[in-house]
Amino acid sequence: MLIKKGAEANLYLEERFGRRVIIKRRLAKKYRIPELDNELRTYRTIHEAQIIHRAKEAGVPTPIILLIDISRKEIVMEYIHGRRIKEVLEEASSKERENICREIGRLIGKLHSNGIIHGDLTTSNMILTSDNRIVLIDFGLSEQTKELEARGVDLHLMRRCLQSSHYSHAEEAFEAIMKGYSEIVGEKETLNVLDKIKDIEKRGRYISGR
Amino acid sequence: MYSLGIESTADDFSVGIVSSDGEVLANIIDAYKSESGGIHPREAARHHADVAGKVIQRAFIEAGVTPKDIDIIAFSQGPGLGPCLRTGATAARALASYLNVPLVGVNHCVAHIEIGKLINRAEDPVTLYVSGGNTIVSAFEAGRYRIFGETLDIAVGNCLDVFAREAGLKMEEGKPPGRIVEEYASRGERYISLPYLVKGMDLSFSGLLTAAINLLREGRYKLEDVCFSFQEVAFSMLAEVTERALAHTEKTEVLLTGGVAANKRLQEMIRLIAEEHNARFCKVPKEYALDNGAMIAWTGILSYKCNITTPISKSYVKLKWRLDEVDVPWVEGEC
Repeated sequence: MLIKKGAEANLYLEERFGRRVIIKRRLAKKYRIPELDNELRTYRTIHEAQIIHRAKEAGVPTPIILLIDISRKEIVMEYIHGRRIKEVLEEASSKERENICREIGRLIGKLHSNGIIHGDLTTSNMILTSDNRIVLIDFGLSEQTKELEARGVDLHLMRRCLQSSHYSHAEEAFEAIMKGYSEIVGEKETLNVLDKIKDIEKRGRYISGR
Repeated sequence: MYSLGIESTADDFSVGIVSSDGEVLANIIDAYKSESGGIHPREAARHHADVAGKVIQRAFIEAGVTPKDIDIIAFSQGPGLGPCLRTGATAARALASYLNVPLVGVNHCVAHIEIGKLINRAEDPVTLYVSGGNTIVSAFEAGRYRIFGETLDIAVGNCLDVFAREAGLKMEEGKPPGRIVEEYASRGERYISLPYLVKGMDLSFSGLLTAAINLLREGRYKLEDVCFSFQEVAFSMLAEVTERALAHTEKTEVLLTGGVAANKRLQEMIRLIAEEHNARFCKVPKEYALDNGAMIAWTGILSYKCNITTPISKSYVKLKWRLDEVDVPWVEGEC
């Protein structure tokens, strides 16, 4: 069953190996010649699976990968039961919100200190499970780098998401995230990254329209 | 109301005359040519100064209007090459003060989008603007043309030009280097893997350029195949970012403009993407896709109608004036 149609890949919810799984399939593009199309989709499928795995090594909960099917450009992964942080944050008390955001900050800190940039940090890409873990999903835009710029953009996108979807407590949520982040990467690096974010937001292209 | 627009951001000096209802009465383009390829800014500026009077005169003759009929003088205030911009700005200031009409400084990138919209009767497109100096994917949102993706290093047109020169492709009078690469590419058959660099929504072409040149120097591959592979990779990168912007914004038009927009293979790719997303593919005829005065004149009218003018004291050129720094209140019909 198709559950999400993206510009690059589709997500399907299916039954495999006697359990519910998510299948991420990268789609062939008509505008590309088949050789290049095949090369890109193969590379990206492998790359995404590798990063999901490395995130796990860094101590960040991510879906378990069950199968990588190179010929079909598919990643078959565990279906995460739980609720999206996007909805959770809306109903949570201020104390719960603080705790959740701190934990999100710690997870981002773990990614960054291991040279992983998620690339699409939104509250729709985080799931709170019944055993109170936060699982990060969709590493389709992720990359491996330790560059300050990349970390700044990653966190800036997180903030943008909070401002657009969780307007009333965006700043307090972001502050809690940065507190959690600081626990992992340390105060000095946190200040560096906050400076960078300011820098990025000053640039014309990131002046938030809404 | 008539607007006279002066364009001089790079190698073209151009003057256009456009009426307030969007009729282009004249659009004269005079290009600077260098012997070695590329643009030497000071020499290009000298060319502009040499031809300015003649081009302005030709525009008046072609439009069938006299200087007295002109209501505003628009000029490209940036982004571009300093000496070239200053030459155009000087001509514009002189004309505006002599005729005693308002001066309007126009952003070159905004002008490319506006003329493309005018010609295609498009309302709200995702635009892929590709030229020797710019590589931008943009769409209107909240008062400005926002940049969804852009090059992190060199423009795709620059990448094609340098490649053509390094490859020693035989240049022909009146043909841009990219056109010659396109001709070789159309005879290529074999794809050779080259670096494909899309970072988030941004693009990088410098690594591709170096790799393609190294490939040629190795001498193991046919020139046609290298051109073919080079073009396929560069344009697939552009197409991917354009498609993402289209999927994200859910707009129903795609506008392809700039000098590189003349490439047939790139047109085909963008057309396929438009079809896939049920959007209308808007192409721009060459005289309005290349740098031209008509687009400056037309954008001058749009700005002027919103009471945007540029006093001479603020008419200094802006070499790095970004597309998304410009408020475009006319898009939402506020004026």
